[in-house]
Amino acid sequence: MAEPSTHADPSRSDPVLDALAAAVGPIETSTFRGQTRVVIDAERSMESLRLLKEQGFDLLVDVSCVDYLEYKGAKHRYGLVYLLASTATNRRLTVRLFVDDPDPTVQSVVPLWGAANWLEREVWDLFGIRFTGHPDLRRLVMPEAFTAHPLRKDYPLQGRGERHNFPVLTRDDG
Amino acid sequence: MAVITGGNTGKLELPENVFVSKLDELANWCRKNSLWPMPFATACCGIELMATGASKHDLARFGAEVFRFSPRQCDLMIVAGRVVMKMLPVLQRIWLQMHEPKWCISMGACASTGGVFDTYAVVQGIDRFIPVDMYVPGCPPRPEQLIQAIIDLQDKIQREGTITGREFDTAERQRRKRALVEASELLTIDASRNPVIQRELTQIAGRN
Repeated sequence: MAEPSTHADPSRSDPVLDALAAAVGPIETSTFRGQTRVVIDAERSMESLRLLKEQGFDLLVDVSCVDYLEYKGAKHRYGLVYLLASTATNRRLTVRLFVDDPDPTVQSVVPLWGAANWLEREVWDLFGIRFTGHPDLRRLVMPEAFTAHPLRKDYPLQGRGERHNFPVLTRDDG
Repeated sequence: MAVITGGNTGKLELPENVFVSKLDELANWCRKNSLWPMPFATACCGIELMATGASKHDLARFGAEVFRFSPRQCDLMIVAGRVVMKMLPVLQRIWLQMHEPKWCISMGACASTGGVFDTYAVVQGIDRFIPVDMYVPGCPPRPEQLIQAIIDLQDKIQREGTITGREFDTAERQRRKRALVEASELLTIDASRNPVIQRELTQIAGRN
C-alpha cells in the first residue's frame, strides 16, 4: 500500500486535486496501482464533491460504506466511499470520508448526482448512515418493518430473530 | 350403460368392463395424475425445476407438466430455492390463494433448511411457516430427485387422500390426539395397589 501523503508535493501535481486543496484546505491523497484516492472532511463533503463534479467527474459510480469497528489502527467507525468517474476523460477517483457514532450523518449528494438516490438508501439501510437532504430516505433492500442495520459489524450474522418472526400457516388456514 | 344384476343370490354380477371402488380412491387417482405445479422458483433449484419440465426429463409422463403461474390454477406448490424475509409473506399469500386440495414440495437444501444461507435475512426452512408434504434433498437436486418426490407425493395422495379432504383437517387430527390424552387420564393408576410404586416409596422412606 502506498504511503498517504498530504497533497502539497509539487512532483505529484494534479490540477483536480490542486483545485480541491485550494478550495477546502490540505487533503490526504494516495495512489494504488494507478488509482487515485482522496480523503475529504465529512463536514465539508458537499462542498468538496460539488467541486469535483465541476472539475469533470460527472458520473457517480457507487456509494459504499465500510464499518471499521475493531479494525486495527482505525480512527473512525464508518468510512464512506464515493467512486467517481469522468465520462469525458475516463478518469476515475475514489473519494473517502469518515463518520462516527452516535448518529453518523453526512450530506446527501442526490442534488449533484441523481444516481446517489438508491445508493444512499442502500447505505442507510445496511449501515445506518443518515444522509441529510435525501429526498426519500427509506430502506432499499430490507423489509420496511426491519429495525436494525445488518451490515454493521456489531450486528449478529444470524440476526436477532427477525427471520423467525412470521405467522405460521397450517392446513386450517388454507 | 351396464346393468348390475343381483338376483336373489345376494352377490353382485358385474359385466367385464365395470369394477367397483371407493369414491375416495377414484378421486385420489384423478388428483394424483393431474398435479398442476405452481413454480415458486427463487434460485438455482428453479433451473432444475425447468429441466424437470423440459423434454429430456418430461414431467408430463407423470401428469404434472402443466406449470401455471397463477395460484388459482395450481394444486402443487414447488418451492425451489431460498426464501428470504421479504419473500416469505409473498409465499404465504400465494399458498393461501391456491385452492384445496393442495400440496407443497420443498425442493432443495435452502427451501428445506435455509441451506448454507444461515444469515439474518434467509428463512431457515419454509416448513416453519407453511405446511410441507415432501422434502427434496440436494443443492440443487437433480430432476430425477424431484420426479421421485412427485411420485412419492402421488403415493401419498393415493394412500391418504379423501374426496372431502379430511386428511387436511388438522383440527380433527388434534382432536384425535386429545382423545388419547383423555383416555390415559381415565386409566388412572391406584398407587396403593401398584408394587413398583410401593417399592419406590419404601426406598425413599428408608433413605430418610
